[in-house]
Amino acid sequence: MSDAAATVADTRKTGRMTLLTEFWRYFSENRGAVAGLAVFLFVVILAVFADVIAPHAPHEQYRDAFLKPPVWQVGGDYRFILGTDAVGRDILSRLIYGSRYSLFIGVIVVSISLTLGVTIGLFTGYFRGPLDNAVMRVMDVFLSFPSLLLALVLVALLGPSLTNAMIAIALIQQPHYVRLTRAAVMSEMVKDYVTAAKVSGVGRLRLMFVTILPNCMAPLIVQAALSFSTAILDAAALGFLGMGAQPPTPEWGTMLADSREFVTRAWWVVTMPGIAILVTVLAINLMGDGLRDALDPRLKRS
Amino acid sequence: MTADTVLIARDLARHYLVSRGAFRQPATLKALDGAGFTVKRGRTLAVVGESGCGKSTLARLVTMIEPPTAGSLQISGHEIVGASSDTLKKLRSKVQIVFQNPYGSLNPRQKIGHALEEPLLVNTTLSAKERTERARAMMANVGLRPEHYERYPHMFSGGQRQRIAIARALMLDPDILVLDEPVSALDVSIQAQVLNLLADIQERLNLAFLFISHDLSVVRHIANDVMVMYLGRVVEYGSRDDIFRNPQHPYTRALLSATPMADPERKRERIVLKGELPSPLNPPSGCAFNPRCPLAFEPCPVLRPALLAHEASLVACHAVNKPEATTKAA
Repeated sequence: MSDAAATVADTRKTGRMTLLTEFWRYFSENRGAVAGLAVFLFVVILAVFADVIAPHAPHEQYRDAFLKPPVWQVGGDYRFILGTDAVGRDILSRLIYGSRYSLFIGVIVVSISLTLGVTIGLFTGYFRGPLDNAVMRVMDVFLSFPSLLLALVLVALLGPSLTNAMIAIALIQQPHYVRLTRAAVMSEMVKDYVTAAKVSGVGRLRLMFVTILPNCMAPLIVQAALSFSTAILDAAALGFLGMGAQPPTPEWGTMLADSREFVTRAWWVVTMPGIAILVTVLAINLMGDGLRDALDPRLKRS
Repeated sequence: MTADTVLIARDLARHYLVSRGAFRQPATLKALDGAGFTVKRGRTLAVVGESGCGKSTLARLVTMIEPPTAGSLQISGHEIVGASSDTLKKLRSKVQIVFQNPYGSLNPRQKIGHALEEPLLVNTTLSAKERTERARAMMANVGLRPEHYERYPHMFSGGQRQRIAIARALMLDPDILVLDEPVSALDVSIQAQVLNLLADIQERLNLAFLFISHDLSVVRHIANDVMVMYLGRVVEYGSRDDIFRNPQHPYTRALLSATPMADPERKRERIVLKGELPSPLNPPSGCAFNPRCPLAFEPCPVLRPALLAHEASLVACHAVNKPEATTKAA
């Protein structure tokens, strides 16, 4: 046929690589996001290779080194770069092993709440009607409580442990996904390509999960990245309150809680886990902002 | 009815309930209120009228996206009103649709090849290889190049996208193609290409077209029969030549006189309608066109005119069908 462009062979690249390069172009414009990504990758490497990197085992107690200060302070010991805690365990090693817990919490919580929230949101957004109303009011109830308080109540009901803390956090985060998905599904539903798929005989489930869902992913990816950090923070808070991971687990929040009584005598015991939480959460948040800029078409400059 | 007739509609109606707030009765919006027509294989019926006259509702009924509120609709010899879901599923592949906006009608996350194969995937038991073969053959049919198979919709121009949409509609080998303003979003030069492609496909595959448009010059180019609609009702229905050469209904005449012509020499009388299109929630009594009609007389606000044969066409107008108007019409 005679489309003018068709006379010369069309050699533009196709497929995922171009999408990825375009994504990276937008993402890399945001320096904070790139820095966040670097820090996040660093934490991931620490977690994966903790056995190799950590100078000591996380539970090993050195009877000769209770509350040793970090190396740069008077009385510091080169064996314990960030000092030791009240029972002689190396803080650096515990922080490195603790990164495993934090990433694990983030991944599990996000997976549970994402799967649950997206499924509920997809169904309510697709079918609407009275069921949608009922489900959304339940979600409103969830959202009307301060999230940490609700998580605390749930853990108190389920019994304090890391698993229960993760379940509780996933449950309180899931309404956000429901709302986002439902809104995105409703705006996609009226588009012609969905109607065209219906006319060509595509069934309901395929329509929901294969046709509509991939077009709703951008806000969900951003929400997942941001709630990853919230999950870590909430789990640390629950750990600090004694409702999350139980000692002697080297979970950062639990480490904070263990060392409360030494705040005035040995500042490093509290400060180091606190900084670890702060840096990780900040890095993930910066990264999430970058993702939002890169994926949200409304913020895109063409 | 002959074997060639693939689409028969009788008194087809679609009413919507429109909520007017918590404390008022919902209003009935008669988007389509009694339309009857037939389309044969290899023929094109054009439906024309201004926005809100029920053209797109008609498309949604014929493609079975929505069930009709009343009336009957036969597709390839099967009645769809009250049909079982199995029959409906089978009939769905007989009617396919091409939408107006080629930017919204393709899934942005789906490669063109996959978009073309999806209808086969969900409706047939063909193997992946056969599906790919058919998709590639169809792409060649509509003038797309083989390398377009791996592309995403955002990499195409409007005209190419419309070709893709046509290819997707043809994948299931339908009897009827509903074209909901398929060229009104395209440049004029591209419009001609797409229209020629459609004419070519119709000739090759012997398809019936239901062509919905408000562009009368396009309709004149492609249609065999024309149905003019106003506020959900058919006001005139006849062959293209009768309607364009000898329009009967005052609304058709006004519509035709508003079509621009590339002929500065030709003098035409421009009929300008007074007033606005009334709200379909509260249509005028009697003939819906009477407040704007230059020929309106006593029976018009009282009696709804029936669609009656007048010369070669069917016309719903008291002024045109004067002898009948004096007898009591339903």
